[in-house]
Amino acid sequence: MANVVLVDTQKCMACRGCQVACKDWNRLPAGATKFRGNYTNPPTLQAHTWNHVVFTETDKGRWLFASYSCMHCTDAACINVCPVGAVQRTKSGTVWPDGDKCIGCGLCVQHCPFHVPQVSKATNKMGKCTGCAERVSQGLRPACVTTCPNGALLYGERGEMMQLAKDRVDALRRQGFSEASIYGDLEMHGLGRIYVLTEIPSAYGLPETPGYNASAWIWQLARRPLGTLTSIGLFSGLVVGFLRWRGERIQHKDNYSI
Amino acid sequence: MTNHWIDYQHSDVIMAIGVNTAENHPMSMRWIDRARERGAKLISIDPRLTRTAAVADIWLPLRPGTDIALLGGLINYTFTNKLYQREYILNYTNASYILDPSYSFADGVFSGLADDTYNRDTWKYDLDRDGNPRKDLTLENPRCVFQVMKAHYARYDADTVCNIVGCNLQDFQLVAKTFCATGAPDKAGNILYAMGITQSTHGSQNVRGTAVLQLLLGNIGIPGGGVNAQRGEANVQGSTDMAMLFHILPGYLNMPQAMTHPTLADYNAKETPASSYWSNKPKFLVSLLKAWWGKMATGDNEFCYNWIPKLDGKNRSHIAIFESMAKGQIQGMFVWGQNPAVGGPQAELERKALENLDWMVAVDLFETETASFWRRPKVDSETIKTEVFLLPAAASYEKDGSVSNSGRWIQWRHKAVQPPEDAKSDLWIADQLYKAIRYHYSLGGVFPDPILGLNWDYGQGEEEPDIEKVALEINGYETGSLKPLENFTKLADDGSTACGCWIYSGYYNDLEVPPTKRRIREQKGIGIHAEWAFAWPLNRRILYNRCASDPAGKPWNPKTPLIYWEGGEWQLKDVPDFAWKDTPPEKTAQSPFIMLPELQARLFSPGMADGPFPEHYEPAESPVRNALSPQQNNPAITWWQGLGELASKEEFPYIGTTYRVSEHWQSGIMTRNSPWLGEMAPEMFVEISVELGEKLGISNSSQVLVSTRRGEIKAVAYVTRRLKPMMVGNKLVEIVGMPWHWGYRGLFPGDSANVLTPHVGDPNTTIPEYKAFLCNIRRA
Repeated sequence: MANVVLVDTQKCMACRGCQVACKDWNRLPAGATKFRGNYTNPPTLQAHTWNHVVFTETDKGRWLFASYSCMHCTDAACINVCPVGAVQRTKSGTVWPDGDKCIGCGLCVQHCPFHVPQVSKATNKMGKCTGCAERVSQGLRPACVTTCPNGALLYGERGEMMQLAKDRVDALRRQGFSEASIYGDLEMHGLGRIYVLTEIPSAYGLPETPGYNASAWIWQLARRPLGTLTSIGLFSGLVVGFLRWRGERIQHKDNYSI
Repeated sequence: MTNHWIDYQHSDVIMAIGVNTAENHPMSMRWIDRARERGAKLISIDPRLTRTAAVADIWLPLRPGTDIALLGGLINYTFTNKLYQREYILNYTNASYILDPSYSFADGVFSGLADDTYNRDTWKYDLDRDGNPRKDLTLENPRCVFQVMKAHYARYDADTVCNIVGCNLQDFQLVAKTFCATGAPDKAGNILYAMGITQSTHGSQNVRGTAVLQLLLGNIGIPGGGVNAQRGEANVQGSTDMAMLFHILPGYLNMPQAMTHPTLADYNAKETPASSYWSNKPKFLVSLLKAWWGKMATGDNEFCYNWIPKLDGKNRSHIAIFESMAKGQIQGMFVWGQNPAVGGPQAELERKALENLDWMVAVDLFETETASFWRRPKVDSETIKTEVFLLPAAASYEKDGSVSNSGRWIQWRHKAVQPPEDAKSDLWIADQLYKAIRYHYSLGGVFPDPILGLNWDYGQGEEEPDIEKVALEINGYETGSLKPLENFTKLADDGSTACGCWIYSGYYNDLEVPPTKRRIREQKGIGIHAEWAFAWPLNRRILYNRCASDPAGKPWNPKTPLIYWEGGEWQLKDVPDFAWKDTPPEKTAQSPFIMLPELQARLFSPGMADGPFPEHYEPAESPVRNALSPQQNNPAITWWQGLGELASKEEFPYIGTTYRVSEHWQSGIMTRNSPWLGEMAPEMFVEISVELGEKLGISNSSQVLVSTRRGEIKAVAYVTRRLKPMMVGNKLVEIVGMPWHWGYRGLFPGDSANVLTPHVGDPNTTIPEYKAFLCNIRRA
């Protein structure tokens, strides 16, 4: 099984070490920002910001924190919609953006339910979390996990992380967090980033039922002046992919949320 | 800290008061969470819902500057519910001591006040014929410390406290019930504090409040307990140990005063108590003089005591220095790793005062606001005559040396990278400076002896000085053989030993493997890690550790035995903090606090400038009257001229308070020059409640102006539910919260919160009152 990152939002204290460690390891530049009446900054993920901590104030007066980055979906919209195969699945299960192949078309940007990939205006390439492929292939943990001071981010084999997440949810429910749940077990057929939440996902800015509208994409593709056989082949493949995705999604619907 | 970071894992309840531990000390959460995995609770007491409050089990909002009211309320709760640990306070504290009849307290004032200074003669014990304090071991005598204290804090009932603090009764009771339950002998309550406690006109008494509460609950000297001051800079513990403050010499020896200590004999006679470990003070001072003046220091010349500059009896702290500078009494200044133009109170007064200097030498990583005060906004540089020299300094990873953390661990760091270009280590700069000054004095000058006679030999010419030589000098050595001293128990007052800082002695006693460089993790145990670096004093990890066991020597908590009596001898898991050798428990049970003359902890303390018990007063500027007594402010405050008139609540109706955020550090000169950090927190902002925003028509992320008597700043408003108006008495009070990291230099400039803060401080330490003042806010 692939390794995943476990995000324990109730342990996260929003020190933003993960956000800086990501920029540091990946040598990503800082951009111009403004204070917008919320600590979240930059306000969204960007081609040069692959991890950020999202701060949310709830109506009940709580302040929620979540380290946000690419979810490395099992059913990844970005892989499926990329017309040139520039987004690939690595052996370790993560979703890798191949800058050499990327044409900057932005389809992945449109279809990602988590608003993760972004295209750089400067380079016209999509940028997002690589899962620290070069680190994990050497037996290291991703930079964000390594820097986390108190274990709010953990990295390990999926089954093991799921068990930790379940134990943690049980403990949180005993502490009175009746909404405690796991996010990422079945969403997009399983995320590479499992969240332990104490409120409903939308309270953290996470989509309640993430998915992507492949039909819209197909329609869009069909309208495009693509006449080559390559495109048609790609198109057919994606239709098949879409149908398969839809079938599996329906199958999973009953046990969709925990 | 009495304890240390890793020890937090043994706490049952952790109360963070005046400290935003998750936000400003994120590593602490590793150990706090370790404790919480066992079921421990974290209480956050803070005016705002901070990142700490957000992850805490309980949040109690507190009006800035009312910590003593809250702590007094907890002390009263402990008394009324009999949650104090009776055996502990009877044996380990002065609870049973009977007070002299002349001591009294009325209308918020202790006996002995004349103008703004206390004569402390009445704050004393009733002595028997032999001069020993009389005691009542039943704790029933109405004049014993226990009863006097109980009566003092009976005034701090829950309703009164909630009215002052601005919290609701349920929240207070939940905090009281949760924390005071650690009075059970096998429970450990831990109090963390930082600048929210100290930066006040009663800051030292705030700290005392935490100590008194912890003593009553039996939480001092035990694993998981303690009063733990979290230092806000990596090596600020080291800098105070090394006497960066004006009133002490290294190792917390009082600075000699010209009037009272003209000779070494005078100093020793007046500064050396008859009992306690401080009775060794002459050894510490003579060894210090030997370290500084070497062979020049002999018994015949008072070991060159005459060469130490003496104080003139006046306060020479930060506020005092700038008050003097504003009057033109200071000609030159070294600003070494400090940025008062951003970090000092009433910053515009301090910036203006700098204009009176003939010269300034600034030593820092970047050009600070202080170094560039002469070209700050709205100033005509042509009119400023000060000559400014900027020396680029190496950062901590660009040089070797030790760093002392909050837990008193002195850890050696090796240089990782070369400093950029001309940047030099602080030691190199000091060495070159000394050599230049020595050269000039060698040509002649007034009183050249102390300079020419200095024992200073760390390197030749312009080479990098050998910092290990400095480390050996701090550790101490035999003056004859030059062999390192094992520790400070070997110090002598006859000139046979030299030691640069007695409390550090032992950290560098082995030249092959100095303890400060050791990195051996503890394999099994309770996380003492005795072979990881060195903790002063004597590698002791938990201070006052005799108190970890009961008077008979049995651990209060069998799960965390520290030092206990078993099989007819002491079992030592830490370095004992009492005279233990061949001494059974009953003989050590009444002397666990070896640094105090009583050898027992002081619930009643005669040593403070402003009262033997912590008493609630309002901050210098407050929107309300003191609800506990007619005495509005701490009566011992020094009112500096520069402060000017205090604000009225009509003109400045809101409480201003300052703090830090995770993304920036102190005056921001390092972090505001880091693009990644500036990207996350780019601009100066202020936090206000939704209610205040609505009232004043201030919308989230709009520009606002915040003003006080001292000045006005511009910022972006953060209108948030994390701040709530507070009900104080029958009055709704609003808080304007602001980080103080910004200034006019660097990649991310902004207005400085300290333009707004007042030039007023604590009577014991003169630490400025940054945490509570009156302000106004309006749309820009």
